[in-house]
Order: sequence, then C-alpha cells, then structure tokens
Amino acid sequence: MKLAVFGGLYSNYLALAAAITDARKRGADQLYCLGDMGAFGPHPDRVFPLLHEHHVQCVQGNYDDSIGNELNDCQCGYTDPRDNYFAQLSYDYTLANTNSENKVWLQGLPVELRAEIHGRRILFCHGSPRRTNEFLWESTTSTAFLNRLADEHQADLMIGTHSGIHWQRSLAQGRLYVNVGVLGRPENDGTTNVWYTMISLTENQSPQIEFIPVEYDYQRLADEMRAEKLPDEFVETVLTGWWTTCLEILPAKERLRGQF
Amino acid sequence: MSVSESIPSIELRSLDELWFQVAGTVCNLTCHHCFISCSPHNRSFEFLTYEQVNEALEQSIEFGVREYYFTGGEPFLNGDLVRMVERALQFGPVTVLTNGTVLKPEWLNQLTAAQESAVYSLELRVSIDGPTADINDPVRGEGTFYRAMKGVSLLCKHGFLPIITMTQTWNDAENHLILAQFREVLKSHGCERPRLKVLPRLKLGAEENRTEGYQPTERITESMMRDFDRNQLLCHHSRIVTNRGVYVCPILLESSDAKLGDTLEEATCDFPLGHGACHTCYQYGAICTNSTLMATDQAASEIPQ
Repeated sequence: MKLAVFGGLYSNYLALAAAITDARKRGADQLYCLGDMGAFGPHPDRVFPLLHEHHVQCVQGNYDDSIGNELNDCQCGYTDPRDNYFAQLSYDYTLANTNSENKVWLQGLPVELRAEIHGRRILFCHGSPRRTNEFLWESTTSTAFLNRLADEHQADLMIGTHSGIHWQRSLAQGRLYVNVGVLGRPENDGTTNVWYTMISLTENQSPQIEFIPVEYDYQRLADEMRAEKLPDEFVETVLTGWWTTCLEILPAKERLRGQF
Repeated sequence: MSVSESIPSIELRSLDELWFQVAGTVCNLTCHHCFISCSPHNRSFEFLTYEQVNEALEQSIEFGVREYYFTGGEPFLNGDLVRMVERALQFGPVTVLTNGTVLKPEWLNQLTAAQESAVYSLELRVSIDGPTADINDPVRGEGTFYRAMKGVSLLCKHGFLPIITMTQTWNDAENHLILAQFREVLKSHGCERPRLKVLPRLKLGAEENRTEGYQPTERITESMMRDFDRNQLLCHHSRIVTNRGVYVCPILLESSDAKLGDTLEEATCDFPLGHGACHTCYQYGAICTNSTLMATDQAASEIPQ
C-alpha cells in the first residue's frame, strides 16, 4: 500500500498538479493532503478542483480553519512583527480570492484523519496531533516528546506538516513520526523544488519513507504572483529557494542552514 | 467570596519544558531589575551539580519533555555548565540564558562541537537591555553593555545565532526605533542575522526597589481565565529544577508557595495563580520561552524591519 502525502499547498496549484502526476506514476494507492491549501501563492481557488478530481483526502490546517470561518488572521503562530506583516498580506489576499463554496468545504475538513493499515495505526494531522498550529521542527522536538504524543494519541505512525521542512524520527516500539514537508514553497535550501512524501506499507516490514523532490514551473508561478501583486519577497523565495519571511520562527539549526 | 477563593488554579497540562536553575541566584552582575535579585553574594539558591542535572534529564524522558532551559544567576559561572549542556543535547534542544560577559572561547568551541554533532538546536540567549550603554548600563551595571556586546561578537564568531533579550525600560511608542537601532548595532558587531526578544519588566525582586511592585489589582481572576488559552502561561507546561527542589517557574523562585516538591513527580500538582508576576505572564504570554520578539503595535502600512 502506497500513500502519497502532501503538506501545505500555499496555493501552489502548479506544484500540486506535478506532485499528483508524479505520485500516480510511482503507483500511489491513495493521496492525502495535510492542510494549509491557501497562503503565499496566487489564485487560491485553483487547488480545489485538483484535490476533488483526484480524491485527495484532506486534513484542515490552521489556514483552512481561518479562511473557512473568515477569521481575522491565519493563526500561523508567528511572533515577529515582520513575519506577521507578510503573513497578513498573504492572508488578506487569500481570503478575498477564495470563493464561498471553497470556504464552506475548508470549514468542514477534519482536523485529523486516521487509518489502520497492516495493523499500524496511522494519524494524519497538520501541525502536531495535539494542536493544529504547533510547529514540530527536527531540531526542537525531542524523541521523548514524540513518544509521549504517540502514546497519548495512540498512533504508530504520526504524519504532519506545518513547519515547511521535511524530516522523520524513529520512535520507541517501532513507531515513527514523519513531517512530509510542503508543496507550497521551497525548503530554504537554495533549490527551487518542493517536496512531498511517499509512505509504503507492507505486512511485515517497517514503513518505508521516501521524501520526493518535485520540479514544477516555478517561473510561471513567480510571474503569476507578480501579476497578482503579491510581495516581491515571496517571489524571491520561489525563484531562489531561500526563505525571506517567516524566519524568526526558525530554531537555530534550521535558521543556520538558510541564507537569511 | 474571600480573596483565596477567587484565585484561579492551573493544572500542569504536560511537562514540555524543563528548566534548570544551574547557577542558583549567583551572578557576576547585580542588575537593578532582577526579579530574583541575583548577585555575586546571593546564595539563596546554590549551583546545581552535574549529577543533579543528569538525574533530572533521565527522569524527564518518562514525562516526554520536549526541551531544556539553563538559567541562573549566570549559568556560565557553574564550572560544569558545558558538560551539562553537552549531556542535555543528547536528550533534546537546549537554551542557555546568559549575560554574555563571562564567555570563554574554549567553552564556545566545545559547545559548537556539541551542537554540530547533535540532532538538536542549542540556543544562546543574551540579556542586553537596550542598544546603547546609556540605556543598558544604568540597569545592568557600568561597562556591561560593552562586555555583553563583546560576548555577542564571540558567539557569532563561533557560528551561533544568539537571541538578544531585552527587558523593556522604555515606552511602547519607542519600541520600533529601539529595535531598528539594536539591529544596526548588532550587525556592526558581526551579528548578521539579529534575533531580538523584548521582555516586560517583572515587578518583583530588585525591580520592586528600582521602580515599584505589583498593585493588589494586578492579579489573575477566575473570570479572566474563561476562554483564555492556558498555553500562554509557562506553568501550564513547565517546571524548574533547583538545588532546593522543583519549583513552578523561573520567575517565582522566592515566593513561599513556588516550591512544588522535591521531585518532578511531586511537582506535577496544580498551582494557584496568585502573584502579580502571573498577571504579567497572562498579559504578555509565555514570556520565558524562545519565540523571538513579542508582538508590538506596528503600523500595517509599513514593513517592520
């Protein structure tokens, strides 16, 4: 059984289309998306037909809760004024450009999905199993803490996104935490590709996790972002692969790997 | 209703952060706003030993602790601090709160190596109370701005990205200017990516003598707790290990009810939010954690720098 799991889309419908094609080619049996359909990118309504057409099972991210319920901000959890300034620009644009039918759909998404495959209890969430907008970074999340989450939420495989950089950790009793990364923007590593994750489950083996880079037409995305008058800082990230905003939330290790 | 009945209590949701009062109340500086009145002579709390820290680290696994903080006093006065940090980084991310004035290159070389080989982040938080000696030194002591900035330069040379924490002794309206000025000063000291965190004053300890204490009205009430996100309060998810036992939070060490037990297990009990400092924590939200910069009033029309 192969599960293709997409993280935050941030309106990047071009990367979503490329990832769906790639996942199908690799034989994915089921597609999942862990939420934050909007933000950052242009034309927020364009991701929804792709999600519906390909029967992608979706979890509600903090952005989806905000857009769906027309809240005042994205609940991203930033604490820095500059980060919040850019987050708000992006949020206001996304809210104004998401049609009401899609808002209703976002509002009704579940905050978690569960599956049991080959006896493994799988939990799909957005941030952490206990809170939608909790950041789980590799360098600030202890193994003991993840073991506790796995105990409390009775899961053998916990799968999330939200932070924007993929990673995984083996836990006690053969359990596993996987952060699938995001399709919405590059990973702050100087490359323009984005990421999704393929999880292969078989009867008697440990789950196989493969992080898959996705190439897409990022020049076109950048052109459309400019045409929509989205901030140059966002466009720069798409073109260079380096984050220019939302930096203050990064822990030291992840921040040191980036350029800014 | 009596006063005691109106004090809301808070439960420990989970032990996410474990703090260590590694240097007790001993500090090489005597800052006039210190909420636990640390000084070279305050032996109210003593240093923790390596063994005490190691024992708590091992116990912390069963609680699922997410991250560790080392504070004092000045943590680097504890001769075992580097060893303790090296050990703690095997368990999870570590943050050290320092005044930056006693750092030695050999310690930083060891810490750089420890961070590079660990999965986890090591954060160094340096307390400097403003972008100039004129603002900082009256609070922290003559010459401390210069010495702390030297420490920041040293940290940056060793590849760290220190978080500068400043206690706000200016008006809110000046925040924007002070932060912009501080960023420039830090860049001129080799800190290319300044990370800043503004802290509110805590009106207890030495600060009570410098300015004023809390008014009796500055307390959390039951009604204030309704629909309030309890995660905003540090005591909802933290405890601090000292040489005298386990306390509720780093701020209230000198309060008579702040000791919750001798062990982590004993210290998982509820805590009555009866202090003025609880009110500050309520107002500003988990002030002791690492998120850089508290939200300030920024005009939406301009890009905050």
